[in-house]
Amino acid sequence: MWRGCRPLCWGLSPAARLPRSPPGPAGRGAGRPGGGRAYAPPAERKRFYQNVSISQGEGGFEINLDHRKLKTPQAKLFTVPSEALAIAVATEWDSQADTIKFYTMHLTTLCNTALDNPTQRNKTQLIRAALKFLETDTVCYRVEEPAALAELQKNEWDPVVAWVEKRYNVAIGSSTSILGPSIPASTKETFVSHLASYNSWALHGIEYVITQLKSLVLSMALIDRHVTVEKAVLLSRLEEEYQIQRWGNVEWAHDYDLCELRARAAAGTLFVHLCSESSTIKHKLLQD
Amino acid sequence: MAALGPPLRTLRALLRELRHAGGRAGRPYRHAPAYRHVLAAFRAHRVTSEKLCRAQQELHFQAATYLCLLRSVREHAALHQEYHGKGERSPEEVAGLVGFRLPQQPGGKG
Repeated sequence: MWRGCRPLCWGLSPAARLPRSPPGPAGRGAGRPGGGRAYAPPAERKRFYQNVSISQGEGGFEINLDHRKLKTPQAKLFTVPSEALAIAVATEWDSQADTIKFYTMHLTTLCNTALDNPTQRNKTQLIRAALKFLETDTVCYRVEEPAALAELQKNEWDPVVAWVEKRYNVAIGSSTSILGPSIPASTKETFVSHLASYNSWALHGIEYVITQLKSLVLSMALIDRHVTVEKAVLLSRLEEEYQIQRWGNVEWAHDYDLCELRARAAAGTLFVHLCSESSTIKHKLLQD
Repeated sequence: MAALGPPLRTLRALLRELRHAGGRAGRPYRHAPAYRHVLAAFRAHRVTSEKLCRAQQELHFQAATYLCLLRSVREHAALHQEYHGKGERSPEEVAGLVGFRLPQQPGGKG
């Protein structure tokens, strides 16, 4: 099964006349001899639109599927503040072939979560949830044996921890005990005040990246552009990579998880950057 | 700053991914909004008066992140389709795996 819970997305206007999804396996198996039925994967929605386009409304940018406006699962209008983000979401919808695969549309899921806020969390609660990962941060938990893995952890994780410590002027450290490192309160306060400088959309994205990578240190390094997405995912899965090198790779499990983690981390990072940037272009004319 | 390599390589890979991802509705991929937006952004950042341009690096990082997203979504969907997308086998197929056939019981079971 994939990491995380089922993504919330249907994204369809309830007022639109659309064919309802067919019933579950019970309906399908009724014709089999002896009453036995095989499980077939639930039929996915077919792609019901031809064109995906973007328009600008009062709240921001909206997505149009043919002539219908996209809505969130809670039937709010789907508006994003940034044009680049709207274009990326439109590309996600446009890249669906015959059926709509919601589990591939990570940016849409993130936008829906930020718009609907189904768990009703404000900024403080989001920051607290993010900070909770610091006490059980992946890069702070070291093993003692096997020695090769301990060495690998030291060589790969120590530079990132040192960079984050220097950048935010905090003390994090690492530990081999089961209780983990003891994080001083000043460190937590520094991170709280840093995270408070992001707006609530970006905070949803940050918390998502931290949950996927299971590490606050790696997420901060990623969002501050110190490491690429592939490198951050590699560092997050360091022990798995070590075991893969030792025992071999299983494509349908390891590669599957790797691609999914990369997709989610990349989507989260892109979401954070697109929600918290603003760009201006200054044209300088040459004086002839 | 992350080791990203030359921006041209990232741009070409990103445009190739967008070419695979778009153009579904019959319109050529070149008219897709994402394709045009990426090209325009890279052109706009090409010429600056500074030697080390932070906006250029930010754009390059964003492009690399988007490339990673598109590529891994495509690979994940392909892996899913190949290994996990087919559901269970029916009882007839399972019997056939070991060379058996289910009995024909015209009156129903039992």
